[in-house]
Amino acid sequence: METFLQQLVNGISQGSAYALIALGYTMVYGVLKLINFAHSDVYMFGAFMGFYIANSSWFQATMGTSVLSGVVVLLGAMVLASMLGILIERFAYRPGRSPSPGTLAFWFGILGAGFGYLLGKTPGAVAAGVLAGIVVGVILEKWGVRPRAQSSSLKILIIAIGVSFFLENSGQQVFGADPKFFPQIIPTKVLNVAGLSLDSQKLTVLGVAIVLMVLLNVIVNYTKTGRAMRAVSFNLDAARLMGINTDRIIAFTFGLGSALAGAGGILVSLMYPKIDPLMGILPGLKAFVAAVLGGIGNITGAMFGGLIIGLAEVMAVGYGQSTYRDAIAFVILVLILLIKPTGIMGKGMVEKV
Amino acid sequence: MLELRDVSSGYGAIEALRGINLSVGRGEVVSLIGANGAGKSTTLRNITGLVPTTSGDVVFEGVRLNGIPTHQIVGMGISMVPEGRQIFANLSVAENLDLGAYLQKNKVENARQLELVFALFPRLEERRKQLGGTLSGGEQQMLAIGRALMARPRLLLLDEPSLGLAPILVHTILVAIDEINREGATILLVEQNANAALKHSHRGYVLETGSIVMEGPSERLAADPRVREAYLGER
Ligand SMILES: Nc1ncnc2c1ncn2[C@@H]1O[C@H](COP(=O)(O)OP(=O)(O)O)[C@@H](O)[C@H]1O
Ligand SMILES: [Mg+2]
Repeated sequence: METFLQQLVNGISQGSAYALIALGYTMVYGVLKLINFAHSDVYMFGAFMGFYIANSSWFQATMGTSVLSGVVVLLGAMVLASMLGILIERFAYRPGRSPSPGTLAFWFGILGAGFGYLLGKTPGAVAAGVLAGIVVGVILEKWGVRPRAQSSSLKILIIAIGVSFFLENSGQQVFGADPKFFPQIIPTKVLNVAGLSLDSQKLTVLGVAIVLMVLLNVIVNYTKTGRAMRAVSFNLDAARLMGINTDRIIAFTFGLGSALAGAGGILVSLMYPKIDPLMGILPGLKAFVAAVLGGIGNITGAMFGGLIIGLAEVMAVGYGQSTYRDAIAFVILVLILLIKPTGIMGKGMVEKV
Repeated sequence: MLELRDVSSGYGAIEALRGINLSVGRGEVVSLIGANGAGKSTTLRNITGLVPTTSGDVVFEGVRLNGIPTHQIVGMGISMVPEGRQIFANLSVAENLDLGAYLQKNKVENARQLELVFALFPRLEERRKQLGGTLSGGEQQMLAIGRALMARPRLLLLDEPSLGLAPILVHTILVAIDEINREGATILLVEQNANAALKHSHRGYVLETGSIVMEGPSERLAADPRVREAYLGER
């Protein structure tokens, strides 16, 4: 019984981290009907940003192992992750949807950085490459070369997969392919509560995840922007007709989802400190499963989906089935989808005449 | 107030409007009638920027609307009640109406406008807390119109507001449209129900496969043998 309760707490902590990541998938799907494959890499990016913040000389000099340092790392990673999410949306997804000046300059600049590095391997050469790329992009746009409207969701899906690979490879290039160890930024204790020995780190993860999810619910349900998000996810054209700048709401949604993914990256790294540029793939996949399980597009569903996956996984390991640890999420998915194809909370559209 | 000059528009390779000319003067109710697939909805969607203009000009109060994003056009004073109502079924009636006033910052004015909408459609006030999706078809149409009015538009575009409604509700909606016009809004009314549309408008246009084939005062159109045969079901 005690092991069961202990596993329960562990499973809920693990699940709450999956839930945070799943929320990003589900919100972006809600507004764009797109599976943002790059989301798992935003999670990885968040973990690395936390790593660099915590290892910076400024941080080391001013912060110790305290609650405040944890908060600083968390918020820093969330802000940077949300910026990455907004950038991805602006330069990878929006060009197929709305006129997006500067798109070519952006991508040619990145291409230029690659060429600069190949040719010179010095910061100067990279900078020159970026500059040359931007110039080429600007000139092409002046000539009228622009991204075309993408009506096919298949093409946008492929763009999403491409962005994901790009971020993973860039991570390997910039952060290094070898695993790094996430520093202990908050104190760890084993607490004995009612005969259970609970790991303070797991409780922190759970607590932070709950706070973030409550905040998200407040934003989505009780603010004007949240109402606009729900409108956009229900019917894009009708939302436009309300005077909503849908591109802005979509960018906000990406930012919000990415911030949660960044937070997830930090929280998981607190529990499992080994981080590497491909660390997002498996948790990302499981969080995606959690989102589908809950009913893709449904925020409450994503939270429950995450919990179910986390619990099932921890229970499987706790009761000697660790070989199936990674498979269990998918087994649950298959079972639920066979019974209820729209997911636990998903429902068909209501339309009345 | 609104002028379409040789406007062509469509969906990719499909040309749904072929150089139409249409104008709406301040204070008018203008109806646009035509068979299914004639391009009526496309005309309204083109005015609000949901479907791009491929050639020609759309001009509203002297400003060219071509290429301006929808949310800005709405901000200029044009609201549209889309075909099939398209209310937010997952939001409450109150939230739907609030979204209608998304660009209107003045809380006092918004509260006054809400009262006007509730005076026009008392049913909406009774169902304020209900989800939009739980309303009956007629109530959804009232909500769609109320939501558009919350933006305090000077020009209101209505796409088949009577579609699928019982005759008594059709009457309620048409009376409401008269009332909205009397309170100062200019109206462009799209209908397949030509009879009703011509009764409740000053002027009318007849659209056939993307071209305007007839126009004039509503009474004259309603009396025209060709209109009577094609759209009013007479021989
Ligand atoms: N989303 C769309 N994609 C492609 N073609 C469309 C679309 N909507 C309408 N059309 C076509 O455009 C033409 C005009 O349609 P529409 O404006 O909806 O007509 P109406 O409102 O008069 O019934 C029709 O031939 C229709 O098939
Ligand atoms: Mg139509």
